[in-house]
Amino acid sequence: MARLQIREALRRALREEMLREPAVFLMGEEVAHYNGAYKVSQGLLDEFGPERVIDTPISEGGFAGLGIGAAMAGMRPVIEFMTWNFSLVAFDQVINTASKVYQMSGGQYRVPIVFRGPNGVAENLGSQHSTSVDSIYAHFPGLKVVTYADAEDACGLLKSAIRDDNPVCFLESELTYGVKGEVPDAEYLIPLGKARIRRPGTHLSLVTWGKQVATALAAAEALASQGIQAEVVDLRSLRPLDQDTLFSSISRTGRCVIIHEGYVFAGMGAEIAARIQEVCFDWLEAPVLRVASRDVNQPYASNLEKLVVPTWQRVVQAALRTMGRPVPPESELGA
Amino acid sequence: MSAPLAREHLAAAPDRLLTLADPLPPCTADELLDLYERMALMRRVEELAAKAYTQRRVLGFCHLYIGQESVATGAAAATSGDYWLAAYREHGHALAKGVPARAIIAELFGRATGASHGQGGSMHIFDRNVDFMGGYGIVGGHVPLANGIAWAARARGEDRVCVCFFGDGAANQGAFFEALCLAELYKLPVVFICENNGYAMGTPLSRQSAVTDMSLRARGVGMTREQLLGWDVEHVRQRVAAARQHALSGQGPVLIEVITYRYRGHSMSDPAKYRPEGELEDVRERHDPLMLTAHRLQETHGLDAARLEEVHARVDAAAQYAWDYAEESPLPDPARLYDYVYAPQQTSLAADTDLSGAGTEPKQEA
Repeated sequence: MARLQIREALRRALREEMLREPAVFLMGEEVAHYNGAYKVSQGLLDEFGPERVIDTPISEGGFAGLGIGAAMAGMRPVIEFMTWNFSLVAFDQVINTASKVYQMSGGQYRVPIVFRGPNGVAENLGSQHSTSVDSIYAHFPGLKVVTYADAEDACGLLKSAIRDDNPVCFLESELTYGVKGEVPDAEYLIPLGKARIRRPGTHLSLVTWGKQVATALAAAEALASQGIQAEVVDLRSLRPLDQDTLFSSISRTGRCVIIHEGYVFAGMGAEIAARIQEVCFDWLEAPVLRVASRDVNQPYASNLEKLVVPTWQRVVQAALRTMGRPVPPESELGA
Repeated sequence: MSAPLAREHLAAAPDRLLTLADPLPPCTADELLDLYERMALMRRVEELAAKAYTQRRVLGFCHLYIGQESVATGAAAATSGDYWLAAYREHGHALAKGVPARAIIAELFGRATGASHGQGGSMHIFDRNVDFMGGYGIVGGHVPLANGIAWAARARGEDRVCVCFFGDGAANQGAFFEALCLAELYKLPVVFICENNGYAMGTPLSRQSAVTDMSLRARGVGMTREQLLGWDVEHVRQRVAAARQHALSGQGPVLIEVITYRYRGHSMSDPAKYRPEGELEDVRERHDPLMLTAHRLQETHGLDAARLEEVHARVDAAAQYAWDYAEESPLPDPARLYDYVYAPQQTSLAADTDLSGAGTEPKQEA
């Protein structure tokens, strides 16, 4: 086992897949000579050359479309968005083309492409650099939406995403690129669409993904000190959704809090909660609750920003509410 | 280092006109007759599509290519082995590229035997067998794809270009401008063909763009360009062949603007009342691609009028066969509704990578 930063784990996945398959190439703003805005692609230009690690002008729609065309013609592009916020400039390409070509060609053309980059709130980046796009892309059939909570999953899931024969939106985070974790030495892949139980528990299920897994684990730790055993379910991919693991957890615990960074209104939590009540109604002991970003555009000031995104304290409060326990104010829960 | 002044940029970015001479020998009588037959079939298929639309056999939006036949037909005569992309007025392009008429009509009828198995419809005709890569309904949205297709062709060492058709309306889209910038930057083997038929839906060119020479869009990105009159199928064939030759030479892509005209409205639901009185009749009388070609066949090549009648009889029979085939074809199987969401996984997910890099040849610049 090696201890790698998440950016190193992602780089390892890219490098291994580029060594394995000459059709894989990496394209995006600053990925080559600058070595990546967040240094994920450091050294790849030197190793693979400018035909496979390609700098682009600031034309997200243009290079996303280039990637889609290349994928239709047999390549396996990895398109980096410097942040997923910028992907919205390429939204037409990802939605109207990448997600639909296999279908509207009657299955004649595949689009094996990965769109990847950091997603969600970083720190003090203001409204236009802080959006979580999870539910936006998960809305569309034809796309897969994948994220990770540690270095091991980052590498294993990205490798599976690159080999997937369909378009995959791979959501990363600026805040966790430097977080280290154990990564197996031998090559490994983690299948898309398989959730991971991060912490077993019996009293309630905390369902989450991406960097909010850390929030849920911190909440579970705090709840344990009160004798409440929370199970933390890391979905890993939002499409396909591992409903078996999700429903199995809820059927054992009867209670559920969903934690995510996207807005609460029409967010991913709404879809998951709806599916839980459709299937697990008889097991539920309490309403399914959501802890998500509050329904405001992300402010710049640190004190306000912290109010918007989920915190472990808010998760603890929601958990206690589903347990029918008294809910202390956030300030009494400690930092 | 100070930035160069605007006038220095202008000096460094001269207007690059496509100067290559016509690369192909002139059409023989038989070749020209073949092009005529292709155009005649194209028009007949579109007339049938219009008839079927009024009978509600064709549903949704239906955009007809009547009047523009010489563009796709001439381009196909120069690039039949290349990759093609088109927009939503693409029945003619599909036919020109070799998609069978029966598969086009069946797709319009929403049948399982359609080119896209009834999943696409009028605007989304695809046929992998002939590298006809769609049929797209977002104006200008498909233009960036051409770069990727050309990228893949070049990476594999193929001697092929991507030919990308779009209209004058699309030349106002951001996706179009981005695609031009990237294509020239990477010197990709793409032939961009802007079919300027004078109208973006109901808006005439003069009210869409301050610059009405759409080929000038190329100049700002340093791309080679040409504007040509599109009703002479032989001329289109020659100039697209020249553009193809240029694009494959490594000197970068070409933007060709072809002046053409559509006889029908934007779609079947558009009576085209925005056109000045007499405009359509004038074009028909002076610039109809079929009429001009028939005239040349008879006057220059001495073709007997009876030969043209034979062509028309064959075309009528072929179009009728396509109609009958479509009508007798089954509807798509509802049990397969979910089969087209995700492609079944074919690529191995096994951990078997040779990390030595042996066996792969990453392309490095020398």
